[in-house]
Amino acid sequence: MKPFDYQRATDTDTAVATVSRNPNARYLGGGTNLVDHMKLGVSSPELLVDVSRLSSDTVETLPDGGVRVGAAVRNSDLAAEPIIRQRYPVLAHALLAGASGQLRNLATTGGNLLQRTRCVYFQDVTTPCNKREPGTGCSALDGYTRYHAVLGSSEHCVATHPSDMAVALTALDAVVHTQGPSGPRSIPVADLHRLPGDEPDRDTVLEHGELITAVDLPALPMAARSNYRKVRDRASYAFALVSVAAAVDIAGDTIRDVRIAFGGLAHKPWRATLAENALRGAPATEATFRTAADAELAEARPLSDNEFKIPMARNTLTSVLRDLTQQEGS
Amino acid sequence: MTGVLNTVGAPLERLEGPAKVTGTATYAFEHRPDDPVYLHPLQATIARGRVTNIDTAAAESLEGVHTVLTHTNAERLASTPDSELAVLQSDEVGFRGQLIGAVLADTPETAHHAASLIGITYERHPHDAAFRDDSDVVYTHDGSNPMMSADLVHGDVDTALAAATFTLDATYTTPAEYNNPMEPHATIACWQDGELTLHDSNQGSHVVRAVVAPLLGVEPERVHVISPHVGGGFGAKGMPHSHVILVALAAKALPGRSVKCALTRQHMFSLVGYRPPTVQRIRLGADSEGRLTATGHDSLEQTARIKEFADQSANASRNMYVSPNRHITNRLAALDVPPGTWMRGPGETGGMYALETAMDEMAQVCGVDPIEFRLRNEPESDPSSGLPFSSRNLVACLREGAEKFGWRHRDPTPGVRREGDWLIGTGVAASTFPTLSFPGSMATIRCCSDGRYRVDIGASDLGTGARTALSQIAAEALEVSVEAVDLHLGSTTQPFASLAGGSAGTASWGSAIVHVARTFREEHGSTPEPGAETTATAPPNPAAGEYSMHAYGAQFAEVRVHADTGEIRVPRLLGVFAAGRIINPRTAHSQFLGGMTMGVSMALHEHSVTDERFGHVVNQDFAGYHIASNADIGSIEATWLDEYDPHVNPMGSKGIGEVGIVGTAAAVGNAAHHATGIRVRELPLTPDKFLISP
Ligand SMILES: Cc1cc2nc3c(=O)[nH]c(=O)nc-3n(C[C@H](O)[C@H](O)[C@H](O)COP(=O)(O)OP(=O)(O)OC[C@H]3O[C@@H](n4cnc5c(N)ncnc54)[C@H](O)[C@@H]3O)c2cc1C
Ligand code: SF4
Repeated sequence: MKPFDYQRATDTDTAVATVSRNPNARYLGGGTNLVDHMKLGVSSPELLVDVSRLSSDTVETLPDGGVRVGAAVRNSDLAAEPIIRQRYPVLAHALLAGASGQLRNLATTGGNLLQRTRCVYFQDVTTPCNKREPGTGCSALDGYTRYHAVLGSSEHCVATHPSDMAVALTALDAVVHTQGPSGPRSIPVADLHRLPGDEPDRDTVLEHGELITAVDLPALPMAARSNYRKVRDRASYAFALVSVAAAVDIAGDTIRDVRIAFGGLAHKPWRATLAENALRGAPATEATFRTAADAELAEARPLSDNEFKIPMARNTLTSVLRDLTQQEGS
Repeated sequence: MTGVLNTVGAPLERLEGPAKVTGTATYAFEHRPDDPVYLHPLQATIARGRVTNIDTAAAESLEGVHTVLTHTNAERLASTPDSELAVLQSDEVGFRGQLIGAVLADTPETAHHAASLIGITYERHPHDAAFRDDSDVVYTHDGSNPMMSADLVHGDVDTALAAATFTLDATYTTPAEYNNPMEPHATIACWQDGELTLHDSNQGSHVVRAVVAPLLGVEPERVHVISPHVGGGFGAKGMPHSHVILVALAAKALPGRSVKCALTRQHMFSLVGYRPPTVQRIRLGADSEGRLTATGHDSLEQTARIKEFADQSANASRNMYVSPNRHITNRLAALDVPPGTWMRGPGETGGMYALETAMDEMAQVCGVDPIEFRLRNEPESDPSSGLPFSSRNLVACLREGAEKFGWRHRDPTPGVRREGDWLIGTGVAASTFPTLSFPGSMATIRCCSDGRYRVDIGASDLGTGARTALSQIAAEALEVSVEAVDLHLGSTTQPFASLAGGSAGTASWGSAIVHVARTFREEHGSTPEPGAETTATAPPNPAAGEYSMHAYGAQFAEVRVHADTGEIRVPRLLGVFAAGRIINPRTAHSQFLGGMTMGVSMALHEHSVTDERFGHVVNQDFAGYHIASNADIGSIEATWLDEYDPHVNPMGSKGIGEVGIVGTAAAVGNAAHHATGIRVRELPLTPDKFLISP
């Protein structure tokens, strides 16, 4: 681990200015991902600016009925927040499905969104990786790909984004607020993460030095009927093979509206718009669910170790929709 | 042979428990020498070839760095028969991750940082790390290793199979599994006045001494190994690995300074061994009554080209069931990979997974209940050696387990029970492990001025409760209460004791203690003077070679498989064991529970993935290499029969550390088949293998 300086940020402007002008400076949230990367040699910042006490660590209701989550809110606290549990159960479930209790106590909302892939080659500096060292090649392509992407990948990178929380936020149409070298902006979570294309080193659309300050959830009443289902290799404390975040609005037997995002399938949380389109206005039947899943997964391209993800994603989505549509009124 | 003070058999709490839970029990790395130097190992990043240059200039110019040790400046070892331990003796690289140097610095962080500044160039040679059945790499050992047993051929399996009413021919695979004790390996070495002191985490201080001394060319008495507390080993600490030699060499380069090295979890995936992967073909033939007429078990295992290690998993089929015709073979595939080693239940754990899954399949082929099938094939004497069993209560374990588990009401049809989204099934498998005892352990008993008895024996407590159990054995043999015994272990300052392995620790050390206690009483009577002392060596077991000695068990599992996602859960596990006299029911229960838990982990999760292109395990941490989490473990019940075996040792006890893991994976897999109708023959049993796409 390279020696580094540490500063605790006292105000947003200084923090943004400090990190923006130093290409080797990084923000530090809970440190549960960044510090691991420093130990592994994946990241060697010379300056850490601790923002875990800078941004708001509270969850507040907005005048339009939405909810604002400060970037420093810890994953455990967010999952326990009554508003979140009642109005956005998908988010509470996603948070609790991630990592372990100890990690969630440290992990921040901002840091969770920006955690990096768990691709084993990315984390191992003795193997080539385009994301870690652009141009060296992608070791995963012909390697161990059980946890890798089946949608939206490129020949340069087939990694997945590991966050559970981000999948729920994507389904919920959440919006990220940032403060960057060129001022504040708002970005839908669905547009925050990138597909790898030929720049797999860029996980997100953020500029260097751009600080996440908060995440807004829209009012979205249908989110009260939502769920997160994570399928993994052990009962807890494992990253998703496949996960589904979904919310439905159902009238009688008809799906009026629906939100779906997949985790574990792509370089970003995968908003399933094709599946949503197939479901809107359709009857809530097993056949509709499967048709919708197939519509979304038609373009999926498996790698050597992860062909199972396609039927697993289809079955998991079907199972989640079955449960959600049968939930009330029964 | 019940002790007058009922010391053996009492559920005593672990004597060092309070020290452990309050953090005052010192593990190897927690020893605090003055002014230590920290060692960070350098590892090869090629799988085969030569190191052509190591540029240490940048590292050595860092403040706080003492030196960088490489093959160019390290001292020559006095003898290097074991190539795993021939550390820094040449420029050759035999596997990726092999130790090729070390940075010594004032802090671990400086050592780590300096290591990242070292430039290494290699001459790469083509390597082969692909485990497969291919004549390029597969060989039969030459018999030079006494630990390797030859093939076993009884009768004619092929002819018997051709004549059999029922047959099965199936191939099972198990991946490389890593011991992963909770406490990573750690060593602190200090050379002073020609003496080497090692604070080291291991399964036998005397073993470490015996291995290290000749390598360094010093008298064994000049090597002192101290390991009062060890946080698990499961075989990976059974023999010293290369880091111990590296640290000793480093300490020699800095006389008088203590050099500290703690391996990281990642290091452990290339430096301290693993259970080798296997491919096992099993062929069974039975007559119309469901009695086995033929048993073929052919096992292929991975070994390292630089050092042979053989688990010999096919040996599980040598003496488990009757079979007039038997053909057992063990083959090895030599690759450019790190050396394997013992891992809890070596041989039996992998071999019985295959055999006991095959027995379940064969029971179905024969149309017989799997318990009944085993009962029909129960041998009267050891089928391979012909010796009588010292005691064998597998049948009683199966019967009692069936009763407790509610087996009677089981519908054998697979894939027909469902609760909500979950498919439910139950399965059974047998467990066994040899009852061993290593020769030569010694102990000293001395009467103290307060009337208590001090017992010294260089044994190891890996967290098993050995210290407690041995105190109970000593108390019984001396006919005093356990409070009157003050037992010391974990160091070469105590008399020689064999290693903690092969489930033989308590038997070997206990035999020594019982013998010394009896001799002490003969020499000093029942009211000895303070200072009275006896040292003696355990005599060999007179019954050795007269009996076939094993512990047995029956394991029952309930499994649930999610109908949509294939997720698999084990809500209920029951193990009934026959393992001789139980010295301490509390610590014994922990051993069985621990073994079974590790068995669930093996069944569902453990899988190291070697990337053949690079030659190393790529999922080399606990986020990638899964071990059962709390949420994966449901109810586990472990019980045992009242068994006393007069032939095995003076205590009548059998080893219990390993039998608990043997058979668990098969029981879980058999239950998963019963739940779903899907027979998976490849561990681990992950959700993708149970996905049913409509
Ligand atoms: C063993 C293990 C298992 C895990 N399992 C899961 C799992 O199952 N599911 C899951 O979702 N996650 C899992 N995680 C990951 C965990 O959720 C993340 O490590 C955590 O959310 C990161 O948050 P943090 O605050 O600690 O981020 P940090 O490590 O502090 O930072 C992560 C990144 O975000 C940047 N950053 C932090 N805050 C800000 C900000 N406000 N603005 C801009 N940039 C910022 C940092 O510079 C860094 O690049 C696991 C982690 C571990 C170690
Ligand atoms: S998948 Fe992406 S992160 Fe993984 S090795 Fe390839 S480029 Fe690197």
